[in-house]
Amino acid sequence: MAKHGVRDRSAPLKYLVLGFWSLLVIFPLWTMVVNSFKFKNDIYLDPFGPPMRVNLEGYKTVFENSPFPRYFLNSFAVTVISLALILFLGSLAAYACVRWNSRASRWIYLFFVAGLTVPIKIGSVNLMQIMIGLGLLDKTASVVPVYVAMGLPIAVYALYEFIRGLPNELTEAALIDGTGPFRIYRSIVMPLVKPALATVAIFNLVPIWNDLWFPLIFIRKDDQRTLILGVTRLFGEYQTDWSKILAVLSLSCVPVIILYLAMAKQFIAGLTAGAVKG
Amino acid sequence: MWLLFALPAIAVYTAFMAFPVVNSMRLSFFSGSGYSLDNFVGFDNYVRLFADPEISSRFWCAFRNNWVFFGITMLVQNSFGLLFALILTGKPLAGKGFFRTVIFIPVTLSVLVTGYIWKLILNPQWGALNLFLAKVGLQSLALPWLGDPRTALAVVTLVSAWQWVGMPTMMFIAGLERIPEDLFESAQIDGAGVWRVFAQVKLPLLMPIVGIVTVLTFVGNFNAFDVVYAMEGANGPPSYSTDLMGTFFYRTGIAGQHPVGIPDMGLGAAVATVTFVVLFAGILLANRLTGERVAGAAGAKGRE
Repeated sequence: MAKHGVRDRSAPLKYLVLGFWSLLVIFPLWTMVVNSFKFKNDIYLDPFGPPMRVNLEGYKTVFENSPFPRYFLNSFAVTVISLALILFLGSLAAYACVRWNSRASRWIYLFFVAGLTVPIKIGSVNLMQIMIGLGLLDKTASVVPVYVAMGLPIAVYALYEFIRGLPNELTEAALIDGTGPFRIYRSIVMPLVKPALATVAIFNLVPIWNDLWFPLIFIRKDDQRTLILGVTRLFGEYQTDWSKILAVLSLSCVPVIILYLAMAKQFIAGLTAGAVKG
Repeated sequence: MWLLFALPAIAVYTAFMAFPVVNSMRLSFFSGSGYSLDNFVGFDNYVRLFADPEISSRFWCAFRNNWVFFGITMLVQNSFGLLFALILTGKPLAGKGFFRTVIFIPVTLSVLVTGYIWKLILNPQWGALNLFLAKVGLQSLALPWLGDPRTALAVVTLVSAWQWVGMPTMMFIAGLERIPEDLFESAQIDGAGVWRVFAQVKLPLLMPIVGIVTVLTFVGNFNAFDVVYAMEGANGPPSYSTDLMGTFFYRTGIAGQHPVGIPDMGLGAAVATVTFVVLFAGILLANRLTGERVAGAAGAKGRE
């Protein structure tokens, strides 16, 4: 319905709305980043403009003399390990549920899907006790099994739908050749479900990287913190060190923003995936 | 054989999700000291939650605040989301891709970090907002927005809406793009204006998405914690005006109330169970109203 040449009289109004909102999104992030490069007095003099003199002290203290690099590595390890386990265990289970024709597999599938409705936070009290029992309290590793458990329902749900949509002939030919089911899974099914794996990965990546709740309740020891939990300490200790506070805040979201800008389409599709299918 | 494939996933999912959720509900009937709950007390925790004047006033306060939080979010976040979606799927407009990308940026950021950024911006003495207001001659609006019990909750809600508006926007866009073009065309041939096309063609067809968005918002809001924790603190200050179910649960079940600092985990489990019942009732109601299966969507946002 392209109506070339017809002027859209509402266009200015639309640009006003979208432009105003874009400013409202970009302005806070801009202020945070530019001020992280300023001297304290310059922030007060001109809080919105680009830095007149560049001050790298904030970044220097963060990298050389603070626990933040450690927090960053902790978060990185937690996210990578959790995602790998979610994708591996989730795809195995989804594959089994598709190929295994029985009442039991139907129940297993429904058991996972039921987890989509329940926020895991409800179980926090018992999870605390479990972590104490396992001796994992105060350890970075404590959050990993929780993230894996929380990511499995969407992984099984999305991958089940996807694997079921694959043509049966592909695997049947291999079965007749006498190929074992694990080999079929690894060399035939996995390569085919890559797009679905990417969606599941992004869907879980953002909440895991950004999670505050579980690190907050499980981890108190300093060197075991994740990045986001580490950020909560900012205001207590560096009360007036603005360039440091802003440097940490910038560092904790700039990687995600860059990743997002590089693959905006996949992010939007991934993060809204669970919702739109309903 | 196939069971072997599914077993590792079942084990992790059962041990760290299904079991703890169910067991936490059971634990709401127990009390004990510290982290071990071994003393069966029947409905005692619930009686305290609803009848103890001190605890129940905090509970009802958080419960009420949470409904305000939900109401403002629906009103602001989701109507803006719908508006953005309508603009972005309407007539050709240069820069659609750019606006789509920008609107969704905050969704990818940590709630804690965006909460801190806005807290700095809203600081009454040197925050960017008040400096800006002073510059443009609106000194009278330069107020301690987060320190006033009358405005704090609304401001926190708006920051949360700022962050999450990209979700409803993208969901409404997906919904609008699925509506067949010829429906608009025939409506336009009939001479229907923009508003009538929206009200009589688009909105009715979007109702399932409205249902999903409502459920997601509801689940997300009744689990919200980070935004209040970042901007105001776990006590929901000033004077509990920003206390939500999430912060109330954190204080009772996990961190312990000031000044004791020892968690009352049985009571906390009761708070979690009540939250679960509220969520469940809300989802059932939404299913009834929109006649759609939207339950599957709920978990998605329940973890923010």
